[in-house]
Amino acid sequence: ENVDPQKTAFLLRKAWTLYSVTPLYRFHRARLRDYARLLSAFIAAEKQKGLAVEVGVELDIKVAVSSLADLRGSEQDQAAVLVQLSLRSQASSRNSEDKLVWSGWFCSVYGDDLSENVPEDFTCLPLFLTHGAESYTSMVGSWFQKTFDCCFRRLAISPLNLSWMVAMWAGCQLDGAASAVELVFSVPRLSQPLDISYAIHPEDAKALWDTVQKTPGEITQEEVNVFMDCLYAHFHRHFKIHLSAAKLVKVSTAVASAHCDGIVKILHSQYLPGVLMLLTELAISQIQ
Amino acid sequence: HLATSLPLPSERDHLRPRIDLIVFMIDIKSKYSLKNVEASLAHVDASFFLGKVCFLVTGVGRVNACSIETNAVCKLGEAYCSPVLFCELELEGIRVVTAQRLLRMLQICAGHIPGVSALSFVSLMRNSDDD
Repeated sequence: ENVDPQKTAFLLRKAWTLYSVTPLYRFHRARLRDYARLLSAFIAAEKQKGLAVEVGVELDIKVAVSSLADLRGSEQDQAAVLVQLSLRSQASSRNSEDKLVWSGWFCSVYGDDLSENVPEDFTCLPLFLTHGAESYTSMVGSWFQKTFDCCFRRLAISPLNLSWMVAMWAGCQLDGAASAVELVFSVPRLSQPLDISYAIHPEDAKALWDTVQKTPGEITQEEVNVFMDCLYAHFHRHFKIHLSAAKLVKVSTAVASAHCDGIVKILHSQYLPGVLMLLTELAISQIQ
Repeated sequence: HLATSLPLPSERDHLRPRIDLIVFMIDIKSKYSLKNVEASLAHVDASFFLGKVCFLVTGVGRVNACSIETNAVCKLGEAYCSPVLFCELELEGIRVVTAQRLLRMLQICAGHIPGVSALSFVSLMRNSDDD
């Protein structure tokens, strides 16, 4: 559980698009270099077919697949797998710096619910996070689907789960200045879309959560409901608008932010395992 | 007759026909609709809960837009001994089937079906859990 902050620094402050992935069939950790080579060839072939390539510019995509040993929850979890696509254009032959254009990583943090019930040849890494162009995501996804007989699906986050997240993260103890707790609502059935942004001072939000939570370390649905009802009541008192009738689409705290389309940004390394554990759980429930 | 909440305005009491069935609609995308229903339930006479009340949960097709726990609604149904129906109004087929179900229930509650009364719903509710 002690994750080296240096190794995971690249995960922070990036908007990751979330997917759930079914277990990978016959995935062998010893063959990561082979997989990188095969994926690289696949991408080159796809580009030859004429997908997003400018005529005359030779673009060489370098693929790196690595294992992140520390990125897991329990011993039963598989260590995370990171895939990185870098661009090596003809012009920069002297400059050895490759430009990272896309990253994606598979992980499982306390995904025992899934891995317990799966036969021997399968590797469970139910959460997939990507950052970079959609065209690369779809190529990498296709290759994995064909090679390991797995299935990727965008992971959407319901308002129910978003409210769980904001309650959990608003209650986190953070050193230093924390940013405001923000909830964004989308109002349905209007001729023109209307978004309402509700920002709360982080200390007020934490103080509210502390009065609601009965047992430290444990959170119940009831407590989340009370927390949210307080926020809704406060807003209604001032603006006479029932936020509970609107759709919660995005939550932002100093720990992390999450959008209902399945996009997450983790801001604090201290809470990385906690956030990943929650996302792993969501991914698993989407698979089952 | 449609109402956004209960109690109904008392001015029209004398013009109102007998109420045979109350369907409380809860939109799974709106926490507010659940709270509204919970508040309105307090205004319903106890005699209605002998089979003349039903909860209709809409919007269940959109799992990712859930703002309410389905568990909470089922508990509500149990607490008030009334059936909970789930439907998706955006799909015409389900809309039609649900309307037919409600119509059938209404016929029974209004006493139009010989041999079956609203009380049958209550006894149907109490099967699996009490064994």
